[in-house]
Amino acid sequence: MSSSTTDTLVRMANDISNFFRIQPEDQAVAGTADHIRRYWEPRMRAKMAEHLTHGGSGLNAIALKACERACKSVSSAPIYRGGT
Amino acid sequence: MSLHTGNGFEVIDRGTPERKSEKQVTLEIDGQSVTVPAGTSIMHAASLAGIQVPKLCATDSLEPFGSCRLCLVEIAGRNGTPASCTTPAESGMRVSTQTDRLARLRRGVMELYISDHPLDCLTCSANGDCELQDMAGAVGLRDVRYGYDGENHLDAVKDESNPYFTFDPARCIVCSRCVRACEEVQGTFALTIDGRGFASVVSAGMNEDFLDSECVSCGACVQACPTASLIEKTIVQHGQPQRSVITTCAYCGVGCSFEAELQGNSVVRMTPYKDGKANHGHSCVKGRFAWGYATHKERITKPMLRSSPKEAWREVTWDEALDHVASEFKRIQAKYGRGAIGGITSSRCTNEETYLVQKMIRAAFHNNNVDTCARVCHSPTGYGLKTTLGTSAGTQDFDSVNEADLIMVIGANPTDAHPVFASRMKRRIREGAKLIVIDPRQIDLVRTPHVAAMHHLQLLPGSNVAVANALAHVVVTEGLVNTKFISERCDPTEFEAWAQFVSREENSPEHVEKISGVPAPELRAAARLYAKGPNSAIYYGLGVTEHSQGSTMVIAMANLAMATGNFGRNGVGVNPLRGQNNVQGSCDMGSFPHEFSGYRHVSEDATRALFESAWGVPLDPEPGLRIPNMFDAAVDGTFKGLYVQGEDIVQSDPNTQHVAAGLEAMECIVVHDLFLNETAAYAHVFLPGASFLEKDGTFTNAERRLGRVRKAIPPMAGMTELDVICKLSTLFGYPMHYNHASEVMDEIARVTPTFAGVSFAKLDELGSVQWPCNEKAPEGTPVMHIGSFVRGKGRFVLTEYVPTDERTGPRFPLLLTTGRILSQYNVGAQTRRTPNIVWHDEDVLEIHPHDAENRGIREGDRVALVSRSGETSMRAHITERVQPGVVYTTFHHPESGANVVTTDYTDWATGCPEYKVTAVEVRLTNHESSWQERLDHLHRIQRIETVAAE
Ligand code: SF4
Ligand code: SF4
Ligand code: SF4
Ligand code: FES
Repeated sequence: MSSSTTDTLVRMANDISNFFRIQPEDQAVAGTADHIRRYWEPRMRAKMAEHLTHGGSGLNAIALKACERACKSVSSAPIYRGGT
Repeated sequence: MSLHTGNGFEVIDRGTPERKSEKQVTLEIDGQSVTVPAGTSIMHAASLAGIQVPKLCATDSLEPFGSCRLCLVEIAGRNGTPASCTTPAESGMRVSTQTDRLARLRRGVMELYISDHPLDCLTCSANGDCELQDMAGAVGLRDVRYGYDGENHLDAVKDESNPYFTFDPARCIVCSRCVRACEEVQGTFALTIDGRGFASVVSAGMNEDFLDSECVSCGACVQACPTASLIEKTIVQHGQPQRSVITTCAYCGVGCSFEAELQGNSVVRMTPYKDGKANHGHSCVKGRFAWGYATHKERITKPMLRSSPKEAWREVTWDEALDHVASEFKRIQAKYGRGAIGGITSSRCTNEETYLVQKMIRAAFHNNNVDTCARVCHSPTGYGLKTTLGTSAGTQDFDSVNEADLIMVIGANPTDAHPVFASRMKRRIREGAKLIVIDPRQIDLVRTPHVAAMHHLQLLPGSNVAVANALAHVVVTEGLVNTKFISERCDPTEFEAWAQFVSREENSPEHVEKISGVPAPELRAAARLYAKGPNSAIYYGLGVTEHSQGSTMVIAMANLAMATGNFGRNGVGVNPLRGQNNVQGSCDMGSFPHEFSGYRHVSEDATRALFESAWGVPLDPEPGLRIPNMFDAAVDGTFKGLYVQGEDIVQSDPNTQHVAAGLEAMECIVVHDLFLNETAAYAHVFLPGASFLEKDGTFTNAERRLGRVRKAIPPMAGMTELDVICKLSTLFGYPMHYNHASEVMDEIARVTPTFAGVSFAKLDELGSVQWPCNEKAPEGTPVMHIGSFVRGKGRFVLTEYVPTDERTGPRFPLLLTTGRILSQYNVGAQTRRTPNIVWHDEDVLEIHPHDAENRGIREGDRVALVSRSGETSMRAHITERVQPGVVYTTFHHPESGANVVTTDYTDWATGCPEYKVTAVEVRLTNHESSWQERLDHLHRIQRIETVAAE
């Protein structure tokens, strides 16, 4: 997997959290996590989950908490195999 | 002119505009009683009674002028013979339109006209469509006493400079309809009548020809001209049309209604349709004249294949091409997984086509990897307006602007990008509405004839949210909030939190001045003006959405409008001006990877159950990939097959080199389009598309209006997109069959509550409808959020200004922002293939004299434009339209590759690229960039082997 696309995901998560950070922290984390869950394809969330297992470097505090909430539940097999 | 259409609609010219009034007056005309609103002219009233009074200088798109004296009438009890076009109907009047005296007078008038007019009716291009000819007949003119050899204008020289129409002064009767059309309808004031009496002539500017004048080639004057003096060159060349079909323009989001006029299967003219509710008979140069691309010689009409983008194209049959796509996509899914393929729908295609593409992807590909090119323009509009108000669409119809007292244009350039709506807006401003422009660049609207902005907030690119917060700060801290509206319509707790937030010092105009460069007093004055209204309307464009805080800015504007009570009636609202014709529709139709038609998330069980039962397949509850993430996944090796309909992602998506890297990593790219576009350079399969003239369907314009697209000519490639998608889906194992686009709309209506009342039958009956259209609003909804917001209580959301990561610095000290111009459209694939090229044959870089001088750049020099992403080159144009520190260009030509330099920063919420802010450096150069050289190479290998398919 390319690291540049991980960087992109880190930047995206931080950007999302920067919108919510003006709200009280629990709401900011919830808002960021919800946004990621609603808009990120499982592959993106799985890739972020993998990044989190290495410490999630680059993520700000809100984004880190939000990603832990939104991405960890995705199975590590992001690619569907075969048919339906 | 009375036009007869093939659709059975007859357009009657009632001579003067319709008037609205509470008061009705009843009068008698030729013995018939007729009741009309006070202020209606006698001529208009007569027409309503079925009596056509002869006329030449009057037409109902223009205010009456009373110059030709042909429309004289007699009124019982009054002396003289007043002109019926300028005399208002009054209660109790008894009017005669036909008497011996009137007949004599009218013949006298006509004689004078005809004596100075060429008598070559039989060979004149306007023969059969000339009001002078009609009137000569109507008044029974049989001979001309003055002879034809007196002083006349018959030798005057024709002006052929405009590529689309000619002006022949010899045929001019100086009725001044053209002058008035240019003023009243278009608002350009390009024409004047020079001289007086017999010597008077129509003239475009100061001894200039049309091309060099202020004329923007909208065609309004040509439309208004009663003779062949101003006439389309296509009519001169081909003669009068035999039939016509009412359809919708395929260029911008105004969605003008047109009559496509044909001879056999050739279009000879596109005439704006008078009853079109988006345009009321007006047009711009693109829709009116630039349709020649539809039959351009570079149109590809045969499917083509090649095993790699390095090879030449080979023409094949439709069957071979579609079999190949199905088998390749199946192979890719078997090897890399179900999520390894996807598709992109187009904002240029119809609702029905878009709906079917997303259906094919969700139901036949079994994933949600569908996205639309609206991603790169207006996706933040959907997000921001849905979050605050509950609906992903603009709040008003276009006519609403007629009641606006204050118009705030933010990050939009309507006179170039939405010209027909801009004309309406300018008309309203001439009537007295005030204007505020918020834009980094001095767009034409800031100062144009008879229109001047009260305030031009010339902010630095990237500081929109700061400016909106400053406006809100003034509204709240100066007590300008509409508290009644807030208490009735909005959530009070959220409002309180927001009011506290915007009141903070960091949002004060004085602080924001440092960020945005806009003087604090200007911000304060603009905020007060907006709050004062009483009807204040916001119109915005891509200068709002295409930012890293695009969605935040849409939310900020909605907050501002709620705080001042500017929702739920005519004259107010928050209104996106959509770029492409069907941006609204493509979003409505479920083109985004996370939602079905009607903006319902794929994870909602009830929605999925509805679609699963309608489509008969299980559906994926997870969102799919967005366009930029498709390229990322391709680079990662997990995304390998892409179907692209009517969209040139290489040219229109940011950071071209990243896009190219993604495309190069894929194994099967299918491009379905009219031309071999830039994306096709990376494709393995090319499927020829059908132009809007070749198919049936609907487009939805920026005011949520569904207008019919009607087939005028057969599809040049034999199949329309609809046929192709059905066939492809069927080959993929999910059979689809529709006999007509109307059946697709019937399905859309069944599964989408906001479209429940829409059908082709209803569109044929009403002309167009605005969604929501359902049991509650069977004829559609012009203005939304009346009484309450769609989501219930209006929601204030905090909008902190977060500066973009894209900053200037020593290496890249200037900010690049991008835009459009009138004559070209988007990436120019169509307009570059028309004579519109005379107005814009290359993209140039606008740079302030100060910045140019520092770099030794002179007008017309070739300059390199360099950013962190890449480098391109173009010619410099030195102008004070841009402020120091800001440069500007358009992106209509592939060679200029503006998106080679744009970055892949995106809107935080939607991934919409940040086109409007790129840190760059500009320097003199004498050669093309390496990227441009590579592009030349790519163009060279776009060969087509001329071995025709069996
Ligand atoms: S084409 Fe339009 S802009 Fe040009 S002179 Fe005629 S009305 Fe005016
Ligand atoms: S050009 Fe046509 S519209 Fe204009 S004054 Fe002459 S006849 Fe009238
Ligand atoms: S491009 Fe837009 S404004 Fe021009 S004719 Fe078409 S829809 Fe109307
Ligand atoms: S039509 Fe009334 S004066 Fe010309």
